[in-house]
This record gives sequence, structure tokens and C-alpha cells, in this order.
Amino acid sequence: MRDRIADIWGTRTPHARGTRWPVRVDTALEDGLAPEDVDRWVQSACVLCSNGCACDIAVKDGRMVGVRGRGVDTVNHGRLGPKGLFGSWQGMNGRREDGRRRTDRLTRPLVREDGRLVETDWETAMGRVVERSRSLLAERGPLTHGFYTSGQLFLEEYYTLAVIGKAGLGTPHMDGNTRLCTATAAAAMKESFGSDGQPGSYEDIDECDAIFLWGHNMAETQTVLWMRVLDRLDGPDRPAVVCVDPRRTPVARRADLHLAPFNGTNQALMNGIIREVVHRGWVDDHYVAAHTLGYDDLAATVEPWTPERTAETCGVDAGDIRRAAEIFGTTGRVLSTVLQGFYQSHQATAASCQVNNLHLIRGMIGRPGAGVLQMNGQPTAQNTRECGADGDLSGFRNWSNPDHIEDLARLWNVDPLHIPSWAPPTHAMQIFRYAEQGSIGLLWISATNPAVSLPELERVRRVLSGDQCFVVVQDLYLTETAQMADVVLPAAGWGEKTGTFTNVNRTVHLSDKAVDPPGEARSDLDIFLDYARRMDFRDRGGHPLPPWNGPEEAFDAWRECSRGQLCDYTGISYDRLRGGSGIPWPCNGDAPNGTVRLYEDGVFPTRSDVAETYGHDLLTGGAVSPTAYRSRDPGGRALLKAADYLPPFERPDERFPLRCTTGRTVYHFHTRTKTGRAPQLQNAASDAWVELSRQDAEELGVAEGDRVRVVSRRGSITVAARIAEGRPGVVFVPFHYGKREDGSPRAANELTMTEWDPVSKQPFFKVAAVRVERVAAGEGPSPAPTTAGSAPADPDTVPRTEGGPDAEAHEEVAPIEPPSAATEELE
Amino acid sequence: MNIAIYLELMDDAEYNLAEGFRTAADGHRAEPDVYWLCHILADQCGTHREALAPVLERYGRAREQEEPERLRTQMLPDTRSGPAGLLRDLQDLYTLASFTDITWTLLLQAAYGLRDRELLGIVQRCHRETSTQLDWLQTRMKNAAPQALIAAR
Ligand code: SF4
Repeated sequence: MRDRIADIWGTRTPHARGTRWPVRVDTALEDGLAPEDVDRWVQSACVLCSNGCACDIAVKDGRMVGVRGRGVDTVNHGRLGPKGLFGSWQGMNGRREDGRRRTDRLTRPLVREDGRLVETDWETAMGRVVERSRSLLAERGPLTHGFYTSGQLFLEEYYTLAVIGKAGLGTPHMDGNTRLCTATAAAAMKESFGSDGQPGSYEDIDECDAIFLWGHNMAETQTVLWMRVLDRLDGPDRPAVVCVDPRRTPVARRADLHLAPFNGTNQALMNGIIREVVHRGWVDDHYVAAHTLGYDDLAATVEPWTPERTAETCGVDAGDIRRAAEIFGTTGRVLSTVLQGFYQSHQATAASCQVNNLHLIRGMIGRPGAGVLQMNGQPTAQNTRECGADGDLSGFRNWSNPDHIEDLARLWNVDPLHIPSWAPPTHAMQIFRYAEQGSIGLLWISATNPAVSLPELERVRRVLSGDQCFVVVQDLYLTETAQMADVVLPAAGWGEKTGTFTNVNRTVHLSDKAVDPPGEARSDLDIFLDYARRMDFRDRGGHPLPPWNGPEEAFDAWRECSRGQLCDYTGISYDRLRGGSGIPWPCNGDAPNGTVRLYEDGVFPTRSDVAETYGHDLLTGGAVSPTAYRSRDPGGRALLKAADYLPPFERPDERFPLRCTTGRTVYHFHTRTKTGRAPQLQNAASDAWVELSRQDAEELGVAEGDRVRVVSRRGSITVAARIAEGRPGVVFVPFHYGKREDGSPRAANELTMTEWDPVSKQPFFKVAAVRVERVAAGEGPSPAPTTAGSAPADPDTVPRTEGGPDAEAHEEVAPIEPPSAATEELE
Repeated sequence: MNIAIYLELMDDAEYNLAEGFRTAADGHRAEPDVYWLCHILADQCGTHREALAPVLERYGRAREQEEPERLRTQMLPDTRSGPAGLLRDLQDLYTLASFTDITWTLLLQAAYGLRDRELLGIVQRCHRETSTQLDWLQTRMKNAAPQALIAAR
């Protein structure tokens, strides 16, 4: 048994390059239970980050009582991280108080009466939604309807929502909170490769000679993926690790090279590194000539970014920039992973495209160990994107290609004109703006908590609580957002319903229903379908729309929608997903066991008749017109898109001299809706904090644990200070925490600004100018964990984060042979 | 040579466009993308004027009596409010930017005729950015139009 709060990544199982990653099966069960006490194990996968670790849910007496990793699965080879072990099942069971379990799940619908939310039945609640919906449609048409969904529902639910929105109602206003976590990943892949679709695979970790983590604190955000890296680092032929992160994270501490640029300067850094690769003659001319377009433009754009100029702009050493380029330029197989440090920062899409560019000009893509992982934040974000429940059209279709719209219209049997395709689907921040102005009169929010997670919360609260817009919220708990709703619908969650979802490396998992939902809670799928039936949406033949009634039927319909597309699911069924490993798409007649990595042949989906987008200018987001795109049809070549560096809009000044960045802690997910209800996780990171560098803390006269106020132009929070090994001038605040019960502010998003990337429309959470003021002495060290985040500057003065006996999990090393790759045995 | 007049006209158009972007930005602060991007584009117009300055010197500022008053563009006077107001203001910017765009095209022709490499380089670079400004304005307006014209109250 191991304390998996103290030891986040668990026992090492080192292995050499090109060998299979050994299995280690991790299990956590409720206090006092042994595996033999469990009645049933039900197949699923964890939904507490984008990694998609396969697991079995332990059920006893009709309750979820624990979880065990699936050793046969190619994603996690049996492992689970702390959130999976403790947060997944306990997060569904409600809060534990004084050792007693008391569920605070929503069990009945609520409606607002005289300003208060009161319990009611489904008939009344849905009746109100439908009444409002119908009257708005009659008055001003479908543009009055907006949907803001999640990265945490199942594929079947997103596809259902997409069909209701696009074919039923006909509104373009649908997006997911994936806009906050993964929109840039999708945008960067679309700009470079012509379509969304992860090029690389997790198996590339087992095969690479160097791994670059661009703004990706993998050790905290995807703990099991980091275990996979650690097992290579402890193996006989460790890959070089290069970390780009302003913080001194666990990844930075294991890196061979740590570049800590000022937040907001990624594009300058990337231009500098690419220039160096070009100048030192490391470009793969043959690959560039055969498989890319735009090289000259790229080379000209990066030319002014000498190592010295880059160094000055980013606040890093010029020698380190040369060294990074050298590792990239001279190592056999390089893998890159990219996440929020790029996606939520200034020039997000441009900088993420530059990572793609580096791989393209080195020909490092589509080969074992050489690839790109444009990561996601949330477990089912990939499905929001492919199903078209966010700013995309179902099946990676191009909204500005009339043939693609025809295709969908045929599939759904509706008039093509009914599908809103005159502009891209409206992005989340714009949906909230329309709701603020009242032109959206019904905003339906499912499985997300924008009252904590969106930037500039003061504004978000105003939008949600005003009477200009009717707000429907569908969730497990009475979240900060639900408290402001007009109608609250109790939803069934993970383990209480059946569905599939797809992780970062395209691997599809089935999650079966293990227990009944509490009270009258219903699955999101049932709720959406109930709405569709009450609204009586019909196709051209008079049949109900969507025509399906349950998850498996919805999945089968989705398979048809995906047929022939890059995300082809036609070879996958519920039956095939039961029992074995998850399967990576595309999976069809040509690839019956799925596909490990894309673009092995160097042919990209950029041909004008297949491309998911015609692209954008990276600086402004101005769309490339279909005519302009066709006139220079890339015909299967990847696009090397370039952009110069622009300084961030909000720069430090005398009043706000520090740069603030936000992010996750290893113990929490999203707004802690689930993880906050798992005592092991909640105790490990019970309250918000701010990380200050030793030097900044000295200048401010702040000591470890002191209460400080962090102030930006938009708001302030009061939290305890952690004096850490970070870079001077940069402070960090975790984003999981909403207002305290006494109403005092501690949410990182009180500080952030409403501003987004011009292409991906992902808001900037990582660039805000702030100042820090000391308020009072603390009563001991800050609640910041010591195991992750920036390391404490004086580790001896801060107690180590431990979980104690409650946090013990069982690990079994190598009970079975490791699963092979999905399509090939590793060499 | 009338080229001097046209160079001044170009300079003037970029100045008015920059001012227009700034006016629109500050008048539509509640639209964060418009606010930030219009400021960036205003700065871009500024760099176009800087790039043009040496050629303007070289061909000589237009003489007083040639001051092309009647050729000049109009400033964006003020901003309007509401979703339709935003749309209309962007349309005004579009008009200003189109004028700038075609003026670059005409200068390009002249630069070829003069075999003036310096001018050619400047015009090509700036013109490309002006076209991108137009693309953005068009993208933004097209996205906003249905909501402003149908659903807004
Ligand atoms: S790494 Fe992510 S998916 Fe895997 S167990 Fe942890 S939270 Fe769950």
C-alpha cells in the first residue's frame, strides 16, 4: 500500500526505449473494504482529466465504492492518479461531513419562484423551459437560443445536443467550456494540418529520444502520462526533457533544460528557436519540399528573432535558446506536448502552430517517437469537438464548404438552409456577450460552472443573474452557476449512465452504467431528448429529430456521421469496446484495430474539398476566403503558418508590476465539483493560495503563509502566500476555487481579463498584470501542496503534503504482460 | 509628379484609418475583441506611415497649392451604440480600409512604373497587412450581422 497523496506517481517501472511500458494495476477502495467484498466491477474510464485512464468501478450494495485501473488498456496500463483513485467515485457520492456521508447531489429539479429556487417535478421544470423556448422562437427565431456545454459529458450526449441545436432549432450559438481548455489545440491543428485530429500517440513516449513540454505541467495535469515519462527517465536510455514554463514545476525539476519565459512571450520564444534551427542547417529540406507550404514566409518571419533579441524579450538566457534548438535539431526522435501555458496565453494559436512548424520543418511527425500531442484539458473535450457541440461542425466538417453542409443535411434529413452555416458557430465568450445584451434569451448550461471558470467573474455573475436572459443549468450539484439559474435540472453523472468518450490520443472508451442516479436525476442524454420531444423537432420525413432514444442508438448514428471522415468510428461498437482496450480512431475497414498515429505518409487533410477550415490570419483571426484557399490549394501539404510576436496587451507597470498566471493543482479538477468532495484530495489542497518568488516576497516583506491581497484592474482576492522557487516577476494562482462561504473572493478569475485569442477564441488566463499587498501574518504555512506546483523555497519550514492511511492505494506491478500497441507490436 | 500627392494621400488615409480604429475601439470597449484588435490595427497603420516617411521625403512633400483637400478621406466622427451600431461602425471602418487598400494598389502600379525598388517593397508589405485588416473586418461583420439584424432588441 502506498500513500498516493504523498507519492503522486507511485512505484516506478523503468523500461528502455522501444520496449512495452510495464503494467501496474492501481486500486483504491472505500475504507475497510477488500477486493473480495466488491459485488461487481463495471468497465469505465476516468473523467477527471483528458488522459482517459481505463478503469473498473467497484460496486457494493448499489453504491460506487472504489476503482481499479485496467491493465489491458493501451492508455494507462493499469495505472491511476490521485484524482482517479479518490475523486472519481467519491465525487459522485456527495460530501462527507464528520465522517458521515451526506449526499448533497441534486435529486429533484428546481425552479425560481419569487427570486428563490424551489423544488419541483420534471413536468413543471421542463414545461418552463419549453414555454420560454417556444415564445422566443415565435418572437425572434432560433438566434435567441444559446447552449454552453462541457468537456465532461459523453459523445452520445454531445452529438444529440449538436443535432438538436443545428438541425432542430437551427442556432449557431453552441459552444463548450472546451473553449477554455482545448480550443487552441483544435485551432492549431486545423491551421497546420487542415483538420482537427491528434497526430501523435502516447506510445511515442515509449519511443522518443527527446520530449519537449511546451507550457505543459504534465506531472500535475495528466499524472498517469507523467508516470509513463518517468518510467523512461529512470530507464537505461532516458530521453532528454525540455520544459518551457515560467514556474519551477515538477517537470522543470526533472528537465535537462528549463526555459522560463515571461508569460505572454511564447511566440517570441518559438520564433527564436525556429530561427536557430533554420540558421544551423537542421531543416529537413526534403520533407519541407514534399509535404509543406509556406516555408519562405516562415523563415522570413522568424529572421529578426536572434537568440539575443529573443532572450531579452522572454527573459531567458540566449545560450538556453540555442541549446533548446540544438536538442530539437539534432535528436533522432522528438515528441512535443503542448498545453495551457500556450493555449491560454497571448498569441495562443500562433505559438501552438509554431510547435507544429518545428516538427514539420524537421520532418518529425507520423513516425514512432516523433510527433506532436496537442493536449486537451478535459476528459471528453475531443468529443465536444468532433460531434460539433462547440465551435465545430459534426465530423470535422467545414462550415464554409457547401458540400459538407449538404452532407449533414442528407444525414439528418433536413433542409441544408436550416443548418446555420453562414458563419462559424458562436464562441463561448460571444455567447455570454449576446446573453448579456439579451439577444440570447435562453442560455442552457450543461455540466460546467462558468461562474467560477470564466474570466472576469464580476461580469459573468451579472450576465447570469440578470433578467435579460433565462438560464437553465443542468448539473450534479448546486454549483455557483446553478444558484443563479432560473431552472436547475438534476443530472446523472459518471457511473450512473452509459456512454463513450475519447481521450487526447484519440482512444475511445466505453463507460458503463454501474449504479442508479440519486433521486429523480436523469442522464444528460435523456434530458436533451426530453426537450427535443417536447419541442417536437421533426426531419423532412416527419420523423422525430433526433431519431434515437438511447445511448447505443446515438452512438450508431454518430458512426454514420463519422463515416469517411478523419474521425472515422465505423469500426467501433459498444461490443468491441467491452472487455479489452480502448481503440484509437480512425477505425474502419482499412484500419480495423484503430490507428496509432496519423500522417505517416505525410499527406494532410488540407485539400480544399476535405479541409475542416480554410484557415485564418494568425494575428487578427481574419478568415481566408474559400476562393483564396482554392486558388492555392495545398492539396495534402501541411501549412507552415507564421506570425510575428506582439507584446501582450496588459503589461506590468508601476501600479501592477507583476505578471499573474493561473492553473491547476494536481489534486483538483475544474471547479472542484467532484474533487472537492473527496476528502483525500480536499485535505491535500483545501484552499487557494498565491505563489510568489523568493525575491518578490522579500521585496514585499511577505513570509510563507502570510495573508496577501492580489489585485488586478478587474478585481482582487485574498489568499495565503507560498514562497516558492518560481521566477521573479511572475505569480501563480490556482483556478479551482470559487468564492468562500463567507463570500470573500479567492477565485483566480476575479483577476483575469476578458480577452481571447483571435483564432481559437480561447480566453487568456495566463496574462494579467497584478500587484500583491500584504494583509496580515498567517497562522502557519499556506495550504499549497509541497508535492507539486513550484517547490517551496524553504522546504524545511513547510510540512510535507501527505494523505495518511486514508490515502493508501494498492499497486500491483506486472500482474500481466503489457498490452501491445493497437495496430502493431512495438519494435 | 502627382505621385507626391498620392503619397500624401496614402499617409493621410492611414492616419484616418488609425484614428478610426482607435475611435471604434474606445467606443466599443464592451466588445473585448474589437477593443484590443482595433488598437493593434491602429498601431499597424502607424507603422505603415513610418515606413512610408522616407519615400515621402524623397519625392518631396506636396506643395501647399497642390494640397489634395478634395481627395482626402473622412474621419470616423464618433461611435454608435448597440449591436447594429457596432455593425455600422465596422462598416465605416471597412470603407476607410478599402480606400486605403485600393490606394496601395495604385501606388504599387506607380512603383512599378518608376522601377522604385524601395517603394515596391514598402507597398507590398503594407498592402498585405491592409488586406488582412479588411479580411478581419469582413469576418467580424459577417459573424455579427445575423444577431444584430434579427435577434437584437
Ligand atoms: S491521469 Fe487523468 S484520467 Fe488518469 S486517473 Fe488521473 S485524473 Fe483520471
